[in-house]
This record gives sequence, C-alpha cells and structure tokens, in this order.
Amino acid sequence: MKALNRFVLPLGGFALLVLLLAVGLRQAPDKGIIVSPLIGKPAPALRLPLLNEPAVLLDAAETFKGRWYLLNVWGTWCPECRYEHKALLDISARYQVPVLGMDWKDDDAAAREWLQQLGNPYEQVVTDHEGRTAIAWGVYGAPETYLVNPAGVIVYKKVGGLTMDIWQREFLPLMTRSGS
Amino acid sequence: MIPEIGHYALILALLLAIAQSAFGLLGPLSQRSRYLDAVPFAVAGQFVFTALAMGCLVTSFVQFDFSVRYVAENANSALPIFYRVAALWGAHEGSLLLWIFVLSLWTVAVTLRSRSLPPQFVARVLGVLGLLSVGFLLFTLATSNPFLRLDPAPPDGRDLNPVLQDFALAIHPPMLYTGYVGLSVAFAFACAAMIEGRLDQAWARWTRPWTTLAWAFLTAGIALGSWWAYYELGWGGFWFWDPVENASFMPWLVATALIHSLAVTDKRGLFKSWTLLLAISGFSLSLLGTFLVRSGVLVSVHSFAADPARGIFILAFLVIIIGGALTLYAWRAPLLRSDAGFELTSRESFLLFNNILLVIAAAVIFGGTLAPMVSDALHLGTLSVGPQYFNPTFLLPVLPLLALVSVGMHSGWKRGNLARVRRPILGTLVLAVTLALAICAGAYDFSVMLLPVGLALGLWMALAALVDPIDRLRRGLSLPAGIVGMSLAHIGLGVLTIGITVVQSVTIERDTALAQGAQTTLGSYSFRFEGTAPAEGANFSATEGTVTVNQNGHEVAVLKPQKRNYWVQQSAMTEAAISSGWNRDLFVAMGEDLGQGKWSLRLQVRPLIQFVWFGAIIMMVGGVVSGLDRRYRLPKTAPVTADVTPAAGVQGQAA
Repeated sequence: MKALNRFVLPLGGFALLVLLLAVGLRQAPDKGIIVSPLIGKPAPALRLPLLNEPAVLLDAAETFKGRWYLLNVWGTWCPECRYEHKALLDISARYQVPVLGMDWKDDDAAAREWLQQLGNPYEQVVTDHEGRTAIAWGVYGAPETYLVNPAGVIVYKKVGGLTMDIWQREFLPLMTRSGS
Repeated sequence: MIPEIGHYALILALLLAIAQSAFGLLGPLSQRSRYLDAVPFAVAGQFVFTALAMGCLVTSFVQFDFSVRYVAENANSALPIFYRVAALWGAHEGSLLLWIFVLSLWTVAVTLRSRSLPPQFVARVLGVLGLLSVGFLLFTLATSNPFLRLDPAPPDGRDLNPVLQDFALAIHPPMLYTGYVGLSVAFAFACAAMIEGRLDQAWARWTRPWTTLAWAFLTAGIALGSWWAYYELGWGGFWFWDPVENASFMPWLVATALIHSLAVTDKRGLFKSWTLLLAISGFSLSLLGTFLVRSGVLVSVHSFAADPARGIFILAFLVIIIGGALTLYAWRAPLLRSDAGFELTSRESFLLFNNILLVIAAAVIFGGTLAPMVSDALHLGTLSVGPQYFNPTFLLPVLPLLALVSVGMHSGWKRGNLARVRRPILGTLVLAVTLALAICAGAYDFSVMLLPVGLALGLWMALAALVDPIDRLRRGLSLPAGIVGMSLAHIGLGVLTIGITVVQSVTIERDTALAQGAQTTLGSYSFRFEGTAPAEGANFSATEGTVTVNQNGHEVAVLKPQKRNYWVQQSAMTEAAISSGWNRDLFVAMGEDLGQGKWSLRLQVRPLIQFVWFGAIIMMVGGVVSGLDRRYRLPKTAPVTADVTPAAGVQGQAA
C-alpha cells in the first residue's frame, strides 16, 4: 500500500490545483470579463494634441482629475464607430459623463467633418496619429471604450461598439456602486 | 456560403474525432481487427475536414468577408495578404482552430510513421489523440466558433494594433502550438502504455523522436517570441517572466527532462514511472498554460479577451484529460518496476540529477506564476511576482545543472567509470576556464562574479559537446544523427548560457548630454555626437542625430536616431537606432534638445545579445536533427511485441 501512495501523489497535487483554479475562476466573474490587464491599474499617461488645436497638448490625468470619464477610441475609417456614434451622443447627453475621444490613426480634416456631420459627443477630442499612446493603453482595435474613475484608475474596458444597453448594464453599475 | 462550409466541416471533424477515439480506445478490447482498421480512416477524414475549415477561414480573410465576425474583428481592407492569413491566429477563436489543425497534423504523422508498431498500441495512441481532438473541437464549436456571422455586415473591419503586424509575431504562434501540441504525442504514447499496463524499452524508443521534435518547435516558438519582444516592442530585454512566457517555458523544461529520461528508459529500461509522469506533466502544463491565458484567471500583457465561460469548459477538460491520465498513472505505474541498478557516477545518475534539477526549475516557475492566484484565492491581497523572485530562484537549480552537463555527457551507462573519461572532461574544463578568464580579462572585467562562472560553464558545455563527435570521426566511426543532434543541442545551450550571462552582466546603459562633436565612452566604445540634421518622412519631419561609434580608433557604426515631429499632430516621437553586430548591439535614442546644439542621449551597449537567439536556433536544429534520426524509425532487431518488462501479468487486467 505504501508503494501505491507515492503514485497517487501527483493526482492529489492536481486535485489541489483544480481547486485553486476553480476558486480563481469563481472570482474571475466578479472582476467582469477581463479584457485588459490594465483594469484596476492607473491609466497610462495620455498627453496628445487636440483635434481642433493641434498645438495644444491635453493631459488626460490633469483635465479629468477627480472626475469619472470615458476614453473612446475611434476613427473615421472605422465603420463600427459610426454605428456607435449615436449611442455615444445619447450617453453623453443623458448621463453627463465626460467623454474623451481619441481619434486613432486618422486624418484630422476627415475627423472634423465627421463630428460636424454626426454631432460631437466628446468633451475633448485628441489625435493619436502614430498610435503610440493607443499601444500604451492596450488598444487592439477601434472602437474601444475605457471607463476611468476619479482616482485615475481604469475600471472597465469595452471592446467593440457601445450601445445604450451595454452602457446601462455594464458601465453604469460600476459608477454607481462606488458612488460617483 | 464559405463560412458555413467551414462550420459544417468542423462538425464533421468532431464526429470523426469521436469515431477515432471510440474505435481507437475500445477497438483493442474486441477481437475484431476491423475496428482497429477504421482508426486511420477517421484520422484521415478528420484531417481533411479540419484542413477544409482552416481553408474556409483563410478564404474569408483573403476575400475580406467582413460578415464573418472573426474576420471583421481581426482584419481590415488595408491589411496586406500575409498578415490577413496570419490574422487567422491573431485571436482566440482562430488560434483554437490552428491548435486543432496542428493536432490533426501530428496525428496524421503518427499514423504514417507507426506502421511498424503493434496495431493495438497504435490504435490506443490514436484513440487518446482523438479524445484530445474531441475536447478542442467541442470547445471551439460550443464557446468559440470562428465562423459566426454578423448581421448587418460592417463595410470594413477593425484596424489592428500595428505592433502585432510583424513577421516574427506572425510565425511565433504556429511554432509554439506545434511544440505544445507535439507534446500530446508523448502524452498519448504514455496513456496507451498505461492502458496496456506495460512499458518496455521499445516504447521509449518510439516516443523519443516525437518528444524531441515537439521540443525543437517549442524552442523555436519561445525564441521567436523573445526576439520579437526585444526588437519590436523595444522592451529592452529578452525575457520578462510574464505569465504567458512562463506558461510556455514550463512545458519546455519538463519536455527537456522528458527527452533525457526517455534516453534512460530506452537504453536501460529504467525510470519508467518517472518518464510516464514527465510525459503526462509536459502536455498537462501546455494545457494548463492555455487555461491560464484564456480563462482570465491570470492576466498578462498577452491575454486574449478572456471569458469565464470558456474557463469553466477548459477546467472541465483539464480535469477529464489530466485527471484521467494521473488516475491511470496512480493505478498502473506501481506495476512498472525496473530492478536494474546503476552507480553514482553512471550516466543514469547524471540524467537523474538533470531531471531533478529541471523539474525543480519548472516547479520554481510554477510556484511564482501561481502565487498571485493563491494569494488572491485566500484573500491575502494582490501579490506581484517579478524578476526579483524568478532570476535568483531559477539560477539555483540551473547553475548546478549546467555544471553537470559537461561531465554527464561523457559518463558511461550503468557503470560510471569517470576515470576513463577524465582526460576529455578535465581537458575541456581547463580550456573553458582559461578561455573564460581570458575573455573576462580581455573584453570585460571581473566586477560581476557570475560572468566568469557563466562564461566558463557555457564554454565548457560547448567544448565538451564536441569531444564525442570529434573522437568518433577520428576513430573512423559513423556519426549517427542522434549524436550530432545531441552535440548541437548542448553546444546551443552553451552559446545560450554565454549570451545570457554576458547580456545580464555587462550591458552598459547611460543617459548623457552631448554637445555637437563631443563624445563619451561606454566600455570600449566611444560614441561621438556629430550633430543633427533635418530629415523627412511620409508624414513627419524629424531631427535626425548622427552618432558615430568608434572602437579602438575604428569606426564601427553610424547610428541615426530620430526625434520625429508628426505634421498634423505636432507631437514628438523618439525613434531609437540599433546597430546589431555578432558580438554586441549598440543602441542610441535621442532625448531632449538642450539648446546650442546640445542633446540628451540614451546610449546602450548590449554585448552578445545575439548569442541568446543564436544559441536557441542551434538547440532547435539539434532537436530536429536528432528527432529525424533513422535509428528511431527502423524497427529494432528485437521484435517489438516481445515484452521486456516483468509487468506482463498486468496485461490480463487490461484486456
């Protein structure tokens, strides 16, 4: 019997591991579907020129200090951004949450025209032509929307187009839970 | 239409995989050979349909079919064709499909290459592989179907992160997956042996080439990932102990141990249960890596969008596959005894030390990778485990391991008469130490103690690995591919050791301010700032600095780092310049304009960094050469059905 025990050990170790993984998995949903390693971490530096005044650099941490804000990554080349635009207009109008638009690898003139035509849901729009800041934020494709809390910590990230429904279901509770 | 064909092909592949595992695992229980004959057909059919599914997804990418959600999310119309094909494995769903396809390829290879093995054994191996395929196909169809449509279809897809559009990154996942999945062959061989309740030396001989080839792919995959991180991300290093890197490194270490323990089982019929356990663990660690990356339990820079529902599925799959294999192990392994002995200085004991140290190294990484999870699960707060933990604890088992390599290579089987091989061992050691000291004195210095030690160990390994082949050539003996491969792999390890040691100990970095014409010295290199000139690109204008690097009065490189101003954006970007040479990388980045022609500059000299990848390439080539050795493919003179083990009694139980 003693000889057998030795060979059962790996199975026992594995059972422990499964237990650990199961616990880890049970806790994972609390954190939401994790789409970014940056969630729960301070937002990376964002210092980019304004779309309308390229000579002026906007520092997101300074501008939105002590406020909740959304960082919305978009581009005129991005068809899904067009679908999303209406929802963004509604959200910013109804919920008064400041939205920072990051116009990603785009043509400035086209972006200005887009905002004139479709309306401007953004409090500020910055441009990231080279895409370096987007890389720092872990942007994988447009559209993507980040929720940043008043302490400057990324609370949530949505990959893909935003809708009113997604906003109310996934974003709002996060803001109200911690009392905005 | 095409995506639907792909979807349908996946369903057919699943049905065939079920047939393959059923006939393969249950067939041998019946007396009818017809059931066994069906297995290769299921394998072939499954290959055809997974290939068809791959083809359909590639076609959707190539044709810009943005109605396919996976295509719309991972490609857009500006993406060149090479990256559109590579985009297939750019995200979760497609990489699963790639995984399934690679598994199918390995299964076909095993079917074709195993015709000389006992048919019942082969059927069981294919049955186990079929079971793995069932799991992955179910997973794909249930939670991660890449063929889902979007309605309405967007006119164009999402733009991709440009960092991901890189050649090394495009071929890195297929390499890595080929390695990961290749370990499933050793796993299946182990399971089949345990089901049959016998494991003889022939078994080890059959398993060896598969393990070695899988290991070679794993080596290449890991090296490519590291190379990409260094050159493209500019992270300033080649290894970061990131959970995903660790997830690929643990199976590599265990596979390395397995290769060596298989050699003992093959030559001497020893370490049987240990070899089985390694074969199970190697593949289990690849599966576990997949779980950790995909489930969102661990987060890392590499993470795909993680989904807990997928995590539950993978966890269940892990329990069935690994739990099943380990249960089989607990039941069968006690029956596999070997009573041959060996002496302390024999090759067996060196390989035993090798195995123990490699497993300790893997365990150290395992612990470090899972520690944050344990701490989370027990609500002990967030824990971050970084290089401060990994570097020293990893060195602890690895340093003695590297020291033992050179001696172990020359020890004999069974009776280790080291006196007989004292000359080559001591000769190479003296030569290596002398060379290491000379290199330290000549090129570097003695300020870091690990430098001469690592250099000597690396040189010793590379030199010692040459002794046996040279000796054989001199005596006019044949030089089998297995020996050439082994020598190459050990030389590669030596080169890798030298590279890592030198980069870690001697990299010089300095931030300095230089006026035009001024110079500064880093090690033996003097960097002279020649001044700046305007430069222009497609959408930017830049200030381009020129830095000439001299060594011993000779110009060795002219580096032109840029400080770019993008016209529209009016913001500055820094573009570093790297000059790669065989023995060092020189790096210059421009900082700030300090006025009057003076600039702040960041200068780095990274010696021998190329050796890291060069060593890995040699190791990989060694693995391929050795894995293709004809000796493993020809049936041994002894009939393979002969049962060498004293565990024959178990057979009745299995039937």
